[in-house]
Amino acid sequence: MSSNTDTVVPNSAAPASAGAASSRGLSTPLAGVRWADILGVAPFLVFAVLFLIIPTLYLVVSAFFDRNGGFTLQNLLDLGTPQILNSFWISIRVSVASAVFGCLAGLLIALAIIRGRLPAGIRSTVMTFSGVASNFAGIPLAFAFIATLGRLGLMTVLFRTLLGFDIYRAGFNLLSFWGLTITYCYFQIPLMILIIAPAIDGLRREWTEAAATLGATPYQFWRFVGLPILWPNLLGTLSLLFANAFGAIATAYALTGSSLNIVPILLYAQIRGDVLNNPGLGAALALGMIVITALANVVYLVIRTRAERWLK
Amino acid sequence: MAEEFLRIENLVKAFGGTTVVKDVNLAFDKGEFITLLGPSGCGKTTILRMIAGFERPTSGSILVEGKDILPLPPNQRKIGMVFQAYALFPNMNVEDNVGFGLRIANVPADERRARVEEMLKLIGLPGYGKRFPFEMSGGQQQRVALARALAPKPRMLLLDEPLSALDAKIRVSLRQEIRAIQRDLGITTIFVTHDQEEALSISDRIVVLSAGNVEQFGTPFDVYNKPATRFVAGFVGQLNTLSATVADPASRAVSIDGQRAIIPSLPATAKAGDHLSLTMRPEAVQLANAHVRDIVLDGTVSEVSFLGSVIRLKVELGQGNTVHVDTFNDQRTPPPPHDARVKVTLAGSDILVLGD
Amino acid sequence: MKRNRAWAWIIFILGAAYFLLPLFATIQFSLSIRRGTLSFDAYANVLESPEFQQTLVYSLLIGVAAIVVGLLLVVPAAYFVRLRAPQLRPVIEFVTLLPLIIPPIILVFGYIRMYNSSSILPLTNSGLGTNVLLTLAYVALALPYMYRAVDTGLRTIDVQTLTEAANILGANTVTILARVIFPNIIVAVLSGAFLTLAIVIGEFTVASLLNRPAFGVYMQNVGANRAFEPAALAVISFIITWAAMGMIQLLARFAPRTAVLTD
Repeated sequence: MSSNTDTVVPNSAAPASAGAASSRGLSTPLAGVRWADILGVAPFLVFAVLFLIIPTLYLVVSAFFDRNGGFTLQNLLDLGTPQILNSFWISIRVSVASAVFGCLAGLLIALAIIRGRLPAGIRSTVMTFSGVASNFAGIPLAFAFIATLGRLGLMTVLFRTLLGFDIYRAGFNLLSFWGLTITYCYFQIPLMILIIAPAIDGLRREWTEAAATLGATPYQFWRFVGLPILWPNLLGTLSLLFANAFGAIATAYALTGSSLNIVPILLYAQIRGDVLNNPGLGAALALGMIVITALANVVYLVIRTRAERWLK
Repeated sequence: MAEEFLRIENLVKAFGGTTVVKDVNLAFDKGEFITLLGPSGCGKTTILRMIAGFERPTSGSILVEGKDILPLPPNQRKIGMVFQAYALFPNMNVEDNVGFGLRIANVPADERRARVEEMLKLIGLPGYGKRFPFEMSGGQQQRVALARALAPKPRMLLLDEPLSALDAKIRVSLRQEIRAIQRDLGITTIFVTHDQEEALSISDRIVVLSAGNVEQFGTPFDVYNKPATRFVAGFVGQLNTLSATVADPASRAVSIDGQRAIIPSLPATAKAGDHLSLTMRPEAVQLANAHVRDIVLDGTVSEVSFLGSVIRLKVELGQGNTVHVDTFNDQRTPPPPHDARVKVTLAGSDILVLGD
Repeated sequence: MKRNRAWAWIIFILGAAYFLLPLFATIQFSLSIRRGTLSFDAYANVLESPEFQQTLVYSLLIGVAAIVVGLLLVVPAAYFVRLRAPQLRPVIEFVTLLPLIIPPIILVFGYIRMYNSSSILPLTNSGLGTNVLLTLAYVALALPYMYRAVDTGLRTIDVQTLTEAANILGANTVTILARVIFPNIIVAVLSGAFLTLAIVIGEFTVASLLNRPAFGVYMQNVGANRAFEPAALAVISFIITWAAMGMIQLLARFAPRTAVLTD
């Protein structure tokens, strides 16, 4: 299940100044907010604690306990088995590959529709489509790609009949690393487009013009000004795309059954049927996943806030 | 010895159905500071951008030192440009910004460094090399933008409303600085603004534009004192307008709110009963104390604005005509009070004869 | 300049091909259930099957429940944070980030561990309890989008002034929320609602691990067992998602604005 739309990215908006509130006569002493106000926010916070924070923490903490309730690091060490390490490795590879392709392709497409002087209307169509496509993950997406690149898929058949080229005989398989990567790009690329579009908009026309008057060719502009300015955004979004792919499971499951052992699928099997014969290990897997996705997200946020400082 | 540097011939620019620049012909000399002045939409920025190469003219030609520059893309025209929004590259510090054009031109690093330091000294910001744009004020950024434009020694400098985004005080000091630097370097400069005070104070010559047409092209003195059209007279500086009726064409007498005045420049074709508009500058009208000139009119003071060194009076002449009178402050003579009856005087030659 | 344009067109066409081909292939595949001819039989099979109808209805109901619960949580919170307790904003924004960081599979794993038969809140013991858990999971998943939508809606109407005006006229907080604020942010709310619905309808991981008869689980089953029906399902699902997104775009045009100043 993928993250969705342009609303994925919360702005690091500064909190509305407390000063504004008190200057309008609603004095809220910094130490105590009126209990009535807390009441309004309370359900939200209670929900967050009960159904977001605690379950996750509970799970993560239980990775440190064995079957009998004793503290142990064994579960973490068990993550070192070849099967599990392989799982993480495949996950990382798929996530990196789809993030990099998604980033590149998304960047190129976004540049094309925003600065490519294409007919008006193409931009808004692509943006709307991106909004929908970034949501079109999971099972339907898998079905769509099976219909396209599966053994009986349209493209496969076309390649065979028109070009005489059988991609399956040449080694391609939709139910594999490359197949999964290509499929993941279907929601990674739109996500990239949605996130990078505002940044490209932020490349003011005067910078291009100033560079031109100083003698720069379009290539030189991108090399010295355009790309360096976009760079933090690109890195940050790369990180976000990575996290997005790493946590995704439904598409992979529908596509490959359990044959491609990415971490979420392993975890899924574990939750379903304790295939690892070790509940603590499942928790450790979850811990591993969370550490990776949390890290990637933190990287994204940090880079974003620093980049915003530049472009006042 | 003035040599021609830039020539614009029959320049026309139309966007879709609207013609924004209508058959403009101009010639500027080397080293001149020219201002394109006019209200928004008059075409001044469009003309500038066509010189820079960011817009293609619909027809016409632009020649620099005799050669047509239209086939050249902007990055080959060797023109420096300063933008209203500074446009400093945010990912580079001051040094790198100023040195950017030199870097593109493959100037070796130590020469580049020396030149950048020279430019920073010129704009009064030595030692600011390592700062970033977001750490500087608007005025500082604009000065850096100027240094950046001048560093590669362009043959012409274009400035597109560079002071409009700045505070009033900075605007005044910075415009003087720009002019001083321009004089030092002797570089032909075209400055676009809608602020007539700016234009008058720093230009060698001013092009006054309205709706795509050149209304007047002349020195500040000429544009102000001999406006060619009503538009120029109204846009540049303050203007008094009096409605008068021709009383006796033979003696060149007109009637202003029932008072008689002789207008030497009254056209011969005037007939009794014709309506006229007489225009003159506020400083041309004086209180008739010691000196009296050709025309004397009676009026009542309706407003007194004591502006320090200048006193501006609003005097009503009778049937709706009001005239603004600007006089210098005189320590010995306080200004007349509200509702005082005064006489105002002006010379017939002060009346501007305007085309439309 | 001309060269730029050519590149842009090439990229656009390649991109369009990548995105449109699978859709086209899916549609074509979904119509090919009968050898040699195009027919809508696959769609008929799907639409007439009782599982399709039951699971779709189930998912829709859960979706609506998730929307309602989500609104009850988010609207007061967003309102009070904006109005009275701006210092809580960082906390709230952190909370809305969590569902994006915590993969759904981990979330549901945590639920199963915490709320199973041996815990204080044994939700997984009963069908109803598990439905509740599913709903709450979806509330959590949709939280960032719901909050963002409502918060944006509150920003464009001047919440402060409206509240003061209503206050002076004698209304208490609940009334203000229900009669003044909510009607004015309905467009934003509906945006959030449609987004939630889109998420819920297609969701698989949580529903399957909680063993609920949801639409996503049904789709997965069909995919494992049939050949052409999955393609028809994919097309139907795409249409539903597109419709939901389309509604959001449409609604954006009707959003009321009373704020003169923006943040």
